[in-house]
Amino acid sequence: MASIKLKAKAKKDIVSVKCLINHPMETGLRKVKETGKLVPAHYITEVVAKSGDKTLLTSNWSGGVSANPYLEFHYAGAKGDEVTLSWVDNQGGSDTKTAKVR
Amino acid sequence: MNTNLKRRVFLKGSVAASTLGVAAAAGLITPSAVLAAWPAKAFESKKVPDAMTAIFGDATSEASEKVKITAPPIAENGSTVSITIESEVPNTDTMAILAEANGTPLVATFMPGDGTKAYARTRIKLGKSGDVIAVAKADGKLYSNRAGVKVTIGGCGG
Repeated sequence: MASIKLKAKAKKDIVSVKCLINHPMETGLRKVKETGKLVPAHYITEVVAKSGDKTLLTSNWSGGVSANPYLEFHYAGAKGDEVTLSWVDNQGGSDTKTAKVR
Repeated sequence: MNTNLKRRVFLKGSVAASTLGVAAAAGLITPSAVLAAWPAKAFESKKVPDAMTAIFGDATSEASEKVKITAPPIAENGSTVSITIESEVPNTDTMAILAEANGTPLVATFMPGDGTKAYARTRIKLGKSGDVIAVAKADGKLYSNRAGVKVTIGGCGG
């Protein structure tokens, strides 16, 4: 699966990491109009960003985060670092992506 | 205390990442058991104070300008509302976004690691107009700030 778009850019000592994840982020409360059935909850629960062994950001989410979530954060780093972002959802799905800081 | 917490967060992250594959392959642990670290109670709370108590252990927070929240005053589409939160309080170890008008107010929590800015930008769903609250925890104390967002089309359900 290639569900993650990840970009990390260094400006002076600060690296800004921006990512877009393809995910439906269903709350479990939405109904399919034609059948009236509930769409099962399907959302990302945990997002972890790392650089090597160092954890940059841990984030817990609920279905309140928009579909195809966007996340941006900044950390003190430099060009050439490797940033790895991974997510886990409530149905056991997961994905990981690594990007080099430019 | 602070280092301990970070260590915990780190361990949690690495364990979650490494056990998942192994556990899934062995069929020993169901995914929900692996994800036990996810604070289900906080995310299922229907009221802001309950959610705050579940995640921070305290429902009272000091209103502070040091916690910044950027939200559009009017959101045309409640299903994607861009929110930026930032904390200038030193030693901020946890931040949370809560949408007061949502059925389950707690939207997301962020735990920045060492050297990571207490800053996060994301997009959230808002069911109807209401305040969005940013909470930051630093040295065991809670600080918060809020911004009102008027939603013209809801984001939860049809």
